[in-house]
Amino acid sequence: MSGTRDDILGRLRRQLGRTEATRAEAQARVEAVIAARQCGPRASADALIERFIERARAMLSTVDRCVTEADVPAHCARWLAGQSLPTGLVVAPPLAHLDWSAAGLQARAGAADGDDRVGVTGCFRAIAETGTLMLRSGVDMPPVNSLLPETHIAVVPSGHIVADMEAAWADARQEWGSGGAGGWPRAVNFVSGPSRTADIEQVIVLGAHGPFRVHLLVVG
Amino acid sequence: MDIRSMHFVERVRERLDDDELQRNLKRTRGRNAASRAAAVAAFSDFDAVRQRATEIRRSVLRDLDVWLERFEAKATERGATVLWARDGEHACELIADIAKRHGVRTVVKSKSMVSEEAGLNAALEAAGVRPVETDLGEYILQINDNEPPSHIIMPVIHKSKEQVSELFARVHGTPPKTDIEALTHEARAVLRPEFLAADMGLSGGNFLIAETGSVAIVTNEGNGRLCTTLPRVHVALTGIEKVIPTLEDLSTLLRILPRSATGQALTNYVSMLTGPKHAGDPDGPDHMYFVLVDGGRADLLGSEFEDMLRCIRCGACMNHCPVYQTVGGHAYGWVYPGPMGSVLTPLYQGLEKAKDLPHAATLCNQCGVVCPVSIPLPELMRRLREKQVERGLRPWSERLALRAWAWVAGRPKLYALASRIGVRYLRWLADGRDRIQVMGLAPGWTAQRDFPAPAAKTFRELHAERQRAKSRGGAR
Repeated sequence: MSGTRDDILGRLRRQLGRTEATRAEAQARVEAVIAARQCGPRASADALIERFIERARAMLSTVDRCVTEADVPAHCARWLAGQSLPTGLVVAPPLAHLDWSAAGLQARAGAADGDDRVGVTGCFRAIAETGTLMLRSGVDMPPVNSLLPETHIAVVPSGHIVADMEAAWADARQEWGSGGAGGWPRAVNFVSGPSRTADIEQVIVLGAHGPFRVHLLVVG
Repeated sequence: MDIRSMHFVERVRERLDDDELQRNLKRTRGRNAASRAAAVAAFSDFDAVRQRATEIRRSVLRDLDVWLERFEAKATERGATVLWARDGEHACELIADIAKRHGVRTVVKSKSMVSEEAGLNAALEAAGVRPVETDLGEYILQINDNEPPSHIIMPVIHKSKEQVSELFARVHGTPPKTDIEALTHEARAVLRPEFLAADMGLSGGNFLIAETGSVAIVTNEGNGRLCTTLPRVHVALTGIEKVIPTLEDLSTLLRILPRSATGQALTNYVSMLTGPKHAGDPDGPDHMYFVLVDGGRADLLGSEFEDMLRCIRCGACMNHCPVYQTVGGHAYGWVYPGPMGSVLTPLYQGLEKAKDLPHAATLCNQCGVVCPVSIPLPELMRRLREKQVERGLRPWSERLALRAWAWVAGRPKLYALASRIGVRYLRWLADGRDRIQVMGLAPGWTAQRDFPAPAAKTFRELHAERQRAKSRGGAR
């Protein structure tokens, strides 16, 4: 096993004409590149909320706005009724404290299974450049909630909207650390609208394997 | 996958005569190129991002040995197991071993071109494990008797909805339907229980991130997410050249990969996966493996073909290639079609097994212009042609003709005479028009196109006339 590893790395070193001296230089170069985190051209940081909403719609998400988090259940109920969608929800635990039943919705906190029809999540950040949600996995943030149900509703606090992925990664490093296994989540999923495919005759169909619809509720 | 690139010319002829294929190719021809053009036009930073993306890929190759060690150390620290495979066959053995170790009966697969290189499905079946392709296109191919893909990101671009309908009716036992939405949702319904029940998920890897030891997977359907979230075991199978340094580099490359591939600003899903699930996580695999395949890649490093290792598998080169657009992907005879395939197939499978592929191009350089990481594809094909000549792999007729030409070209008077005769002959064929419709001695040239008629006099004749006129003028 390690034989193959050493063989492949050995051949790479031979092809590169690597010596002990240049190997030390290369190691220093690699660590310097990682530390430098050089960026390419980045997105504009103007009008973040407006741009996020415009781009999210371009990616075929639907978007609604409300003033406070407490308004979220009523907004969800209205939107679901308008789409003739069911009122049973599986809700990410951090949103379980909202008064869902007052809005006539039956919310279960936890992870979605194959039978849940509507999944509700928050988001770690939202990317204005492409109208994208950035979701992390974690004990109280199951990725299946944005994946298995036919409908995904995401609550997006306006303060979570950042210009681009680079800005989101900077926040991620701050919160999760770049070190040990505990902090960095297993999965970081970027979601831009409903699941889709164009494999047959390049005709776009929504709801390939993931949600048929993604509804974003921007709060504040 | 077995290689059948030796018979490119015969296969092209069959493809050109296949009316159904020609109708199917025509339906989508140019559509991807148009989507890409619109996406590039709408994005003012495209050229700068392309330049940065090229730099990133180039800098990784300069120190690929150390970047791989860095990636391996980080991935291992995060709880994943990193395995190394000599070639596709070895990768299959490693994955079959993983399946055996974890008692795996079913594997759900999201798209992986390296698994096509390796012929993984056949190997898994031989090991008693059932592979299920879940990308819609790949699924269609699998249930159609394991037909090979004809495009790296749109595997069934050569099929019509009627063909898919007939296949689904036969395999699923459902009434035939030609509504594309209904067909797509039928596949969704068939595959959902497979995701929920599978023991192992196998994905490719668009990028390996050295900073965090993660794999990034780019998909639209969501099957990549399902394959890497639900089963107990996740295996990411990819090539050793896919490493990139940082999350900032991932952000840059994600601005250019989807735009170049489908014209999207970003794909629906980008998943960045780092190790197995943590204590208390409600979902995610218990075990995560990386299988990093060499398969001919190491030999390209530091060689005159190193540029090819920058490739990020977007498919733009084939979407813009007049040859690919006319003959489709199957004619190329291995996993990778179009210009990138015409370079990779001879390099990975042997020059003698793919003699025609470096010639399957007009060298128009559309591929080179659209390549998001600036790979000089026509130049690489030209170098492969040179290699073929050096190794005596061209047919005797071509070698003889070139030798004859060289002999004549080395004798200026004879060359002048021959070109004078040649020009007169071609002018006679053109018969006063500016184009030749049928070339007598080489009718194959003009079967699909006209040959331009030459000027009335050769350059040498014009030059000689001018010199004479000048000396007369000087004498006056």
